Amino acid sequence: MRDGSVAAIDVRNLTKVFGSGSQEVRALEDVSLAIARNEFFTLLGPSGCGKTTLLRLIAGFEQPSAGQILLEGYDIVRLPPFKRPVNTVFQSYALFPHMTVAQNIGFGLEMQGWDKPRIATRVGEMLELVQMGSLGDRRPTQLSGGQQQRVALARALANQPKVLLLDEPLSALDFKLRKEMQIELKRLQRETGITFVFVTHDQEEALTMSDRVAVMSDGEVQQAGSPEQIYERPVNRFVADFIGETNFLQAEVESEGERYRLPGGAVLSGQDPHRHAAGERVTLALRPERVELEAAGAEGLTGAVERIVYFGTDTLYFVAIAGADLDAPFQARVQNRDGSKAQFSVGERVGIRVAPDAVQVLVD
Amino acid sequence: MMAKRTRNPLWRFTGVPQGAAFFFAYLYLPIFVLIFFSFNENRQATIWTGFSLDWYGEVLRNDDILAAAGNSLIVATTATLIATFAALVAALGMARSRFRGQDAVNAVIAFPLIIPEIVTAVATLLFFVIVGIQLGLTTVIIAHTVFCIPFAYLPIRARLEGMDKAIPEAAADLYANEVQTFRRITLPLLWPGILSGAMLSFIISLDTFTITYFVAGPGATTLPVYIFGMIRIGITPEVNAISALMLVVSILFVSLSFAVGRMRR
Amino acid sequence: MGAFVDLMRRSRPARVGALIAPAMLIIGIFMVLPLGLMAYVSILERGINGGVQWGVHTVEAYVAFLFEENLLGELSVNPDYIRIFARSFILSFVTMAICLTIGFPAAFYMALQPEKYRNLLIFLVTIPFWTNLLVRNYAWILMLRSNGLLNEALLGLGLIEEPIELLYTNVAITIGLVYSFLPFMVLPIYASLEKLDLRLVEAAFDLGANKRRAFLRVVVPLAMPGIAAGCILVFIPSLGAFVTPELLGGSKSMMIGNLIQSQFGAARNWPLGAALAFALLAIVLLAMMVYLMRFRRPPSAG
Ligand SMILES: Nc1ncnc2c1ncn2[C@@H]1O[C@H](COP(=O)(O)OP(=O)(O)OP(=O)(O)O)[C@@H](O)[C@H]1O
Ligand SMILES: [Mg+2]
Repeated sequence: MRDGSVAAIDVRNLTKVFGSGSQEVRALEDVSLAIARNEFFTLLGPSGCGKTTLLRLIAGFEQPSAGQILLEGYDIVRLPPFKRPVNTVFQSYALFPHMTVAQNIGFGLEMQGWDKPRIATRVGEMLELVQMGSLGDRRPTQLSGGQQQRVALARALANQPKVLLLDEPLSALDFKLRKEMQIELKRLQRETGITFVFVTHDQEEALTMSDRVAVMSDGEVQQAGSPEQIYERPVNRFVADFIGETNFLQAEVESEGERYRLPGGAVLSGQDPHRHAAGERVTLALRPERVELEAAGAEGLTGAVERIVYFGTDTLYFVAIAGADLDAPFQARVQNRDGSKAQFSVGERVGIRVAPDAVQVLVD
Repeated sequence: MMAKRTRNPLWRFTGVPQGAAFFFAYLYLPIFVLIFFSFNENRQATIWTGFSLDWYGEVLRNDDILAAAGNSLIVATTATLIATFAALVAALGMARSRFRGQDAVNAVIAFPLIIPEIVTAVATLLFFVIVGIQLGLTTVIIAHTVFCIPFAYLPIRARLEGMDKAIPEAAADLYANEVQTFRRITLPLLWPGILSGAMLSFIISLDTFTITYFVAGPGATTLPVYIFGMIRIGITPEVNAISALMLVVSILFVSLSFAVGRMRR
Repeated sequence: MGAFVDLMRRSRPARVGALIAPAMLIIGIFMVLPLGLMAYVSILERGINGGVQWGVHTVEAYVAFLFEENLLGELSVNPDYIRIFARSFILSFVTMAICLTIGFPAAFYMALQPEKYRNLLIFLVTIPFWTNLLVRNYAWILMLRSNGLLNEALLGLGLIEEPIELLYTNVAITIGLVYSFLPFMVLPIYASLEKLDLRLVEAAFDLGANKRRAFLRVVVPLAMPGIAAGCILVFIPSLGAFVTPELLGGSKSMMIGNLIQSQFGAARNWPLGAALAFALLAIVLLAMMVYLMRFRRPPSAG
């Protein structure tokens, strides 16, 4: 919906219920999302939150219980999968084992009635695109996992779909291959200009690859936005907790949208998109790397170092804050710019300096 | 790890290898003895006097045996075709959908396996006689078809279960409609299972005796029924030869069926 | 036609129904229905020249199983059929016991083999199942007759002085039944032993059990589901056996199967034949139900 054009995918109030009675599962609950053209859009969330279900509804393998799915403005809910200009890269790749790589890639085109020479040309181009030039005659079983992945991508992209759906396509690959394929996927998306809807439950993958991310839980979209927005400005405790590490602090609003008082007396200033009124109790989110430790002063947030964990690039300090009612000790992540020498020792009293803008006020 | 274990004396239980050896000897000795004696030149069929293929020649020249073999082939082919078709569509219906009563459907398909053959034979005979269907090849074919369905069903079902559920979805995703998906994807992938099921049906039909004995009318004598008649009259070298032939055909067929069923395409 | 295709496409239940219909109809009409008919025939009056008298209901067939009527019309207990049933049960039970004795070591041996040999061994066990039962039983005639392999071997070893009568005895039937159904014992036991985690046996050794104890206290109990399945799979077809007693048994060693068959042959007593078959079916289904209730439920329920 950016630049005012019509969205590639516009999902409206989508609900999907499996089963009935005591076995009822509400996989999606009133989900609305708009995915812009040419966007690399990621669905991120814990297992069972409904990511696959959403993709399958868009692909047409399942019928929604309620709601609409618009593809470039047209409702596609009534179309069977084979009439939707959308293609899928399956988690298991689902390559046809009885066909060669080239036959796999050309299958969609053949089904759309292309003639043989054109199919051959396009298959050749696709093999080049995924850097598998010479392997067209192999059977899928004769390929490595990474190669199968590339064939699955080529097979879907050959049809130049309006939207490409990818359900955890990298989860079966080992770490190194996975990193390679992440870069590869980004390149393919840029080169083809096709809208990608990508599912993962790996937050790092989501943050590094996506133009925008939707964080889901329990069949609902919790927050959709750019990786920076999701990370820096989580709207609720689930998002803040799910992505990265976060300290949660209980506080009372001292002045609306500005100052928040902690039980220990310290006052922090923070952003509040929800404009809680003065006197209300709120939860503040504070990333461990957005604070610095210093020698304890009289003012501000102070505490005693409880435990130190050395990570190489940085060191994590667990700090007990007097008077603050925390579920877990406060964490501060300090970069080891000056070598490994710990700046503070266990038991030492420290002051916690909070970077401006680092505090985010959440709705619970 | 298992290999290491078998060499480990800790895993040698007294009597177990001996028991296994006895078991396999017991299983195969009579079969070998039968085949061995089928090559015996002596008419008495009891004492070995020399190697001969004469009795096979006798068998192949015996018109009654050939007629019975012809009946067996007609019955087996027809029953296999019908049973495999019914089993295939049933397996397709049972796959990919969960519905109440699925267990009941599976139980009905397994029925012919559970119920003692003699009971089935009696019930089928009574049915044909009472409904007024003349006993003959048709009745044999019908009875065999019922009996063959589970044998055709199981390998097809196993093949379907082993298939990635995403494969037909991938075909639909790539613009293949239901008919195209079936013809281009599901059927070729299922083919080894279908072939395997059909071959098992075929052997079962060739071998089934009790039911056939009950429902075969005059002129519908199949090979096992004919052999039974021969045995009743006496032990002759021809019986040995035809029996050996049947054994070998069955063993070849079942080996082939298993090889096909395990085929990875 | 178009409407039909449309229905098939839209409605999943309709499609599933249409697909399973052929198999259900074939088995339903030509197996389930005949079984019902058989039950009905068993309560009909016997026809004068064989067959049945329609509409004339009687429990005579079931009475005839237990009693006989003498010329004066008095009923007295008829031991003949009961004896045949008893013999069938005893022979089936002995068959089951022998199958277990021979089959268990074989299954255990197979489970201890490396994976690549195991599949071959299973295949060897299954092959006889696919060969002609009649022919396999016939092979035992060659083995058992007075100048057959077994007698020759026993004579050769000096264990006997002159050939013993084996053929056409209960011993021959038992040997034939064991031979016919042995794979049904081995395969389920093998299946449960193969799943057995051999580290459990190692744990037993580790806890001080010797081999005998490890075997009796760990291996056998864990193989129990397989043993139960094997026993039922051998017992049921043995009880209904027809070919084996027909070929290897004599006129004095009839089993239920032969008795049933004779009612449709020489005796021409359909109601009695149907009643006997129905009784056999009932026993089999009962055995199956007991087995399913005992061994297919989670242990807590049993
Ligand atoms: N066909 C189905 N029948 C019944 N329940 C289903 C079905 N498919 C999914 N569900 C349920 O819907 C919920 C969402 O499932 P979904 O597969 O969409 O999760 P997901 O986010 O993709 O999880 P994962 O990360 O594990 O893949 C789960 O509770 C799941 O059990
Ligand atoms: Mg998923």
